[in-house]
Amino acid sequence: MNGVGSLEIHNLGVAYLRLEALTGINLQVQPGRLTGIIGPNGAGKTTLLKAMLGLIGAREGLVLYHEKPLQKQLELVAYVPQRSQIDWTYPATVWDVVMMGRVRKTGWFRSFSPTSRRLVQEALGRVGMDSYKDRPIGQLSGGQQQRVFLARSLVQEADIFCFDEPFGGIDWKTEKIIFDILHELAAAGKIVLVVNHDLGESITNFEDLILLNRELIAAGKRENVLTDDHLYRAYRGKVVFLTTNKN
Amino acid sequence: MFATIIEPLQYSFMQRAMMMAIMVGVICAVVGSYLMVQRLALLGDAISHSLLPGLAIAFILGANIFVGAFIAGVISTILIKIIHTKSNLKEDAAMGIIFSAFFALGITLITVVQKENKIDLNHFLFGNILGVTWGDLRDTVIIAAIVILVVVLLYKELLFYTFDKLGAQAVGLPVNLLDLGLMMLIGLTIVASLKAVGVVLVLSLLITPAATAYLLVTRLHQMMFLGVGVGVFSSISGIYLSYFYNLPSGPAIVLVTSALFFLTFLFSPTQGILTNT
Repeated sequence: MNGVGSLEIHNLGVAYLRLEALTGINLQVQPGRLTGIIGPNGAGKTTLLKAMLGLIGAREGLVLYHEKPLQKQLELVAYVPQRSQIDWTYPATVWDVVMMGRVRKTGWFRSFSPTSRRLVQEALGRVGMDSYKDRPIGQLSGGQQQRVFLARSLVQEADIFCFDEPFGGIDWKTEKIIFDILHELAAAGKIVLVVNHDLGESITNFEDLILLNRELIAAGKRENVLTDDHLYRAYRGKVVFLTTNKN
Repeated sequence: MFATIIEPLQYSFMQRAMMMAIMVGVICAVVGSYLMVQRLALLGDAISHSLLPGLAIAFILGANIFVGAFIAGVISTILIKIIHTKSNLKEDAAMGIIFSAFFALGITLITVVQKENKIDLNHFLFGNILGVTWGDLRDTVIIAAIVILVVVLLYKELLFYTFDKLGAQAVGLPVNLLDLGLMMLIGLTIVASLKAVGVVLVLSLLITPAATAYLLVTRLHQMMFLGVGVGVFSSISGIYLSYFYNLPSGPAIVLVTSALFFLTFLFSPTQGILTNT
């Protein structure tokens, strides 16, 4: 690993037409700590990820990694979109989709190297999908689809991993596999950002949290973020919490 | 049987028609596969109809009709994007407005000039592959070479982009350039196919072979290869039908490819409605 530094977001703001989606976001994301982005529906969790990566235009603000704009170094980022944004009837196999993670590293006008093939094979094994590699993606369960996307992000050899709602509508086996791998990535010193709307038991997996509701409510260590005051401000008292502030 | 197949090929117009049919069958199936997976079938229809005024104006000016058609295609695509992005109208509405307006303009222009120029509106609308000239053939060879070269060189990027636009953008692929490139491929392919099947029927050669292959295989490149087989077979047998039974060539080609689709739809081993009950 060649020096993973922190990711800095300065005064990030996003507006859709005249609606303010996110305002004045300032925070730092630390490498080596599994970081969750939480908040109610419409809080701007997905918007934050997309704006960081330049997938939607930000009205203002700066996102820096190693003191340089992140959007100039997207080859260091692995992004996993929400499953619902993908056309799963597309004519491709599991192998094809994971291979997409090697497109950028391979470069223009070249075909995939033996190294790329080996990495894809290993990643499929790591997410428990090696026996499915020739399966059309349309024939997978939701959890299997999510694991394929996780494998695709792993082969990118990225420094920064961004997952948008990876735990929506999946089986417990997939959830365990995903959390195991996220912990491994964090332990390897990567920056790992996960949009998550579930405030149940699984939230204890995250070391740091970013709590949003159109603006930054709190960010930092989980136990410092999950206070009654913060949660009340984020959710306006609309939710009963099953777990708060347990270590 | 063999003699029957060989016999028409002694005429050079039939040789040209066959070569045209093979090339058009190939590039339509390849580019049509991208149209299909991106759910852009209607865009193909819109572009092809909007080419007509370009053909007519190029003809009146004595310019290369391929160039005229291509310019009209680019202008109509830009207009569709402008209407779509600068208003709350959806893209399909914008397409419907532009393509019918361009189509009407094209028909009007051709009707006005067709008497003194001895041209036939029907050939623009439905194609006349038996009337292909060596010049047309040369233009089509150039276009086919460009299309195939681009698809081969950019295959992995286009696969990524057409499957997952956001993902492709997130790793820093130039998605706007890829999108523009795809649009150019679609435009070039339609222009090259006009002589064979005309503006009204070109959609069939773009979509039907690709859709037929989609019912049989599971990966994009397999879909392209099989689609090419379906497209080329349809084009060649359509020409024979046209020659022996004196049928219009464009519709004959379209009817063959449509028949192949319906057979596959009924009997595909994996997705056929009769074989998978």
